[in-house]
Amino acid sequence: MSTPATDVVVTGLGATTPLGGDVASTWEALLAGRSGVSRITDDWIKEYPAQLVARLKVDPADQIDRVRARRLDRSQQVAVIAAEEAWKDSGVGDAGVDPLRIAVVFGTGIGGALTLLGQDDILEEKGPKRVSPFTIPMLMPNGPAAAVGLAVGAKGGVHAPVSACASGAEAIRWGLDLIRFDRADVVLVGGTEACVHPLPMAGFAAMRAMSTRNDEPERASRPFDKARDGFVLGEGAAALVLERADAAKARGARVHGRLAGAGGTADGYDLVAPHPEGEGAARAIGAALRDAGLTPADIGHVNAHATSTPVGDTAEAAAILSALGEHVLVSATKSQTGHLLGAAGALEAVFTVLALREQIVPATANLDDPDDDAAVQALDIVRNEPRRTTLHAAVNDSFGFGGHNMALVFTTA
Amino acid sequence: MSREDIQTGLAEILEEVAGVTPADATPEKSFTDDLDVDSLSMVEIATAVEDKFGVAIPDDELGNIKTVGDAISFIEKNQG
Repeated sequence: MSTPATDVVVTGLGATTPLGGDVASTWEALLAGRSGVSRITDDWIKEYPAQLVARLKVDPADQIDRVRARRLDRSQQVAVIAAEEAWKDSGVGDAGVDPLRIAVVFGTGIGGALTLLGQDDILEEKGPKRVSPFTIPMLMPNGPAAAVGLAVGAKGGVHAPVSACASGAEAIRWGLDLIRFDRADVVLVGGTEACVHPLPMAGFAAMRAMSTRNDEPERASRPFDKARDGFVLGEGAAALVLERADAAKARGARVHGRLAGAGGTADGYDLVAPHPEGEGAARAIGAALRDAGLTPADIGHVNAHATSTPVGDTAEAAAILSALGEHVLVSATKSQTGHLLGAAGALEAVFTVLALREQIVPATANLDDPDDDAAVQALDIVRNEPRRTTLHAAVNDSFGFGGHNMALVFTTA
Repeated sequence: MSREDIQTGLAEILEEVAGVTPADATPEKSFTDDLDVDSLSMVEIATAVEDKFGVAIPDDELGNIKTVGDAISFIEKNQG
């Protein structure tokens, strides 16, 4: 496969997460080792085995106009908040870019679940005439992408990849392709999720996928640790502005980093269980490296998907080890943010770009006793404190139920 | 209920649903052209009007309600 020559850079970053209402506060909290996880205290949770959640640090109602918010699902509200931060950060809005050359790719894993479930309650209680006319646009999984597209006036195309917890990463790869194939000059990419509600919580719990360490919320998400017992559901959104390097340079934009390559594969193994040796994940990382024209030795850091599930983390460790080797510094930032599902890949891409820009690798919280698994033991997983180092290139991988594997390669500006 | 009272009640709905400043909700204003109310918001407003004023607005009537004054007249004529 030939590598397309177009250089693509990241000129804008945005996020609202369980650690903070924007990129700066989220990054600061991440490096400080703070946790976004807490225990749900609502009555409905009492029967649930898993009672933990990573809620947004800042209520979207404090960041978005009331009238605008009432016709947006919560997943759409946070998408717009993150996207507008990234857009403002990039300065593209003031650069006179033709709207026909601006595209949006914004993924979600679940879509407008809160709207679907909330309107179903209204249907049951009050009948069909009281169901909101905004129900469909608020629940459709392309709704966040559409809302973001409207917010920035994108007319070059609005797309919504849906691949569970790989959706955010898939949006980034899609954005890279749009620029490489000259279908857009600027692409606002990202992922979003907001589905903290009894039904999704019950569904994930029924899969035995969630941590039940209810008495120690901040210690519950513990990727690669021997005592890990599942993920913690999080909510939030993250966004990046991608554009051609020459165009960014011509307008004097600040460049956070470069999106050098991407790879995507399917496990072809099981609907939800990852391949135990991470075969598909390793292929995705390998494909991303080739796409970027780099070798394993070039990669200094991996922001791992590592959700804190027993099988997922070891499969990923095997994939990282086989695709990259022992030298990479691995971080599992879900240990502090929880698992933002369709937003995870986008948020961790933001973290990867910041790690490269700031030359610091975030620590993995709660990794007290690394799993006995040989691959976990072999990897250099950063823990206790962030590590200052010299980085040129880093990988961010994301995997989703359905066997979706995505890997992104970023380099310094 | 007087036209003034209906206008006040309608203005509250418009503020809640569409963010219209109450002082702007005057009879001559067109919902779409002056107050920037789109078709889905009109459906929400109609539902809120039905609840607040105890009137039923059939879909074929909703299309005839173009201005705040049209809505006030409809409510005035149909209230119980």
